[in-house]
Amino acid sequence: MTDALAYDLECTNISKDFGSIRAVDDVSFEIPPGSFFSILGPSGCGKTTLMRMIAGFEKPSRGDIQIKGRSVLDVPPNKRNVKMVFQHLALFPMMNVYDNIAYGLRCAGTPKSEIESKVRDVLDRIALPDVAQREIHQLSGGQKQRIAIARCMVLDPYVLLLDEPLGALDLKLREAMKIELKLLQHQFNTTFVYITHDQSEALVMSDHVAIMNNGRFEQIGRPEALYHNPTTAFVAGFVGDSNRWKGKVAEVKSDTARVETEAGLTMICKRRENDGMSVGQAVEIFVRPEFITAEKEGAAGSADNTLTGAVDSVLFNGANSRVLVRGRSADLIEADVTVTGGEGDLHSKDAVRLSWSSQQTICFPV
Amino acid sequence: MQSDIKRLSLILLFAPFALWIVLLIIVPHIGMVVLSLKEKVAPRVYEYGFGNYIDFIQEPIYWNTLLRTGSMSILVTILALLIGFPIAYYIAKIAGNRSRGALFLLCLIPLWVSDLIRAFGWILLLRESGVLSSFLQDTGLVSQPIEFLYNDITVIVGLVYTVILFMIVPLVSTLDGMGDDMIEAGYNLGGSGFTVLRKIIVPYAMPGIVSGCIVVFMLTAGSYLTPILLGGKNSSWFTEQIYDQFITRFNWESGAAFGFLLLAFTTLVVWLGLKLTGQTLANTVAKS
Repeated sequence: MTDALAYDLECTNISKDFGSIRAVDDVSFEIPPGSFFSILGPSGCGKTTLMRMIAGFEKPSRGDIQIKGRSVLDVPPNKRNVKMVFQHLALFPMMNVYDNIAYGLRCAGTPKSEIESKVRDVLDRIALPDVAQREIHQLSGGQKQRIAIARCMVLDPYVLLLDEPLGALDLKLREAMKIELKLLQHQFNTTFVYITHDQSEALVMSDHVAIMNNGRFEQIGRPEALYHNPTTAFVAGFVGDSNRWKGKVAEVKSDTARVETEAGLTMICKRRENDGMSVGQAVEIFVRPEFITAEKEGAAGSADNTLTGAVDSVLFNGANSRVLVRGRSADLIEADVTVTGGEGDLHSKDAVRLSWSSQQTICFPV
Repeated sequence: MQSDIKRLSLILLFAPFALWIVLLIIVPHIGMVVLSLKEKVAPRVYEYGFGNYIDFIQEPIYWNTLLRTGSMSILVTILALLIGFPIAYYIAKIAGNRSRGALFLLCLIPLWVSDLIRAFGWILLLRESGVLSSFLQDTGLVSQPIEFLYNDITVIVGLVYTVILFMIVPLVSTLDGMGDDMIEAGYNLGGSGFTVLRKIIVPYAMPGIVSGCIVVFMLTAGSYLTPILLGGKNSSWFTEQIYDQFITRFNWESGAAFGFLLLAFTTLVVWLGLKLTGQTLANTVAKS
């Protein structure tokens, strides 16, 4: 196998301009076969434009898109072996489920007997064997979702694009569909490219996630890498929750830096490779709530960073409960806590000591 | 008390509609049926019978005119659909939001002028001494004035022009409801432009197509001014026969029978059209 064939989808330096607005700016990535790849970004970051270029509905202003090692820039959308699940699914309401799935096969000129067996087969695989003769409006939201995927998968695409297909579902169903999508992807063993602005969808389902902002890819990596080792301030702020402070570097060591925040706190931060940190530089600090330990005042401990304050409120949410602590600087700091219902629980107005390691304190120059 | 008020308001709301249906539709039609079944046997002496209908069958000029009116109306309907569909598609799907309203308005403007004035407009353009004829003479393409009026083509052109709006409006409203992603999905799944049109756009627009065709066909078959003014004596439109019976011959009995035959015939054509295309009123017109 040659090098180029190792990827199902490869984009090199693609850009898209709409008039003077650059929607997609010099994006490059490659996706190995059979993986679940998500593009995560806020609304309007250009992710839908990127997907439409892969599907062939838009032409990139610059750059190249290769599918299975072959450039598809001159291939019209109906000839690309890239199928797409639309945001609102776009199932054909005037056809029943069978005809919706058979549509693509008929376009490809598949013989009738083969269409029949292929449609049965794909309906079995999505675990809806009995819906072939139903009309689209008789299906539930989750069933429609699966039919939309089956309609694409029956054509054996190299890549399946999914444009925020869970957006229209209610919360409970969305949680169930996340797991289901991941299972379907495993079962079909096809490359899925999934676009979303919902980070939990991206983190739960994906093998690799690209974080997109203002038309650029900020970082590509495995979900846990993005979460624990963000390389830009945007990624640190966008993925997961964080407490943030602004400050100035006071002292630089080989692997840590001491930062004075605007509110007068002092924190020890981890240094990253080639971060170019120097004394006096303005930085932004990120600390995730789950890395902050909140204890009642008086408990002993030796962490790099400590802070005392009073509990402002307890946000009870089962296993994800959190306290808001008002420190000396009057801003609220979030910390995850375990609420057991026992004696040791924190309550509003309690005096607490917050502590966290310098290894979990990330800072970026601003 | 509460229910009395409810009932009263229902009656008040329903009354104008009921009056309209009963006085202007049902009563005149019953009158027409009764009238059409009367035969004149001597001055001021009438008998009930099917004589007027038998006259119609026995006189080829009558039913030939009816068939001619029907077939030309079908042709007009097809032409209006073929011309109107791309226009409606452009307005609903391709034009931007701002130009959409303007284009729709442009389609509506001719309606502000009466049928009569529009027909005279065509006459000014097409008559022997009209604009088109003089233009062709001025450019040297022809040496003598040409009469464009008083032939079937002119009648058809005039009728298509008069009714096409009634095709465009329902088509625009159904096509408007179709998401762009539906068309994109059609391409994405491997369909060519023609497949997408045949399997997705046209089936989706079917309610609009059917209601547009019914309205256009009925309007055309029942039109009077345009065929008479543009077709002259040659137009042989069935409404002209009805007019003749009522006004020229003062034979109301026969005119009523003709009027009823026209209604029955157009209803039959619409019913046949629905059967042949496998559509029903319930899932097309009622939906559009």
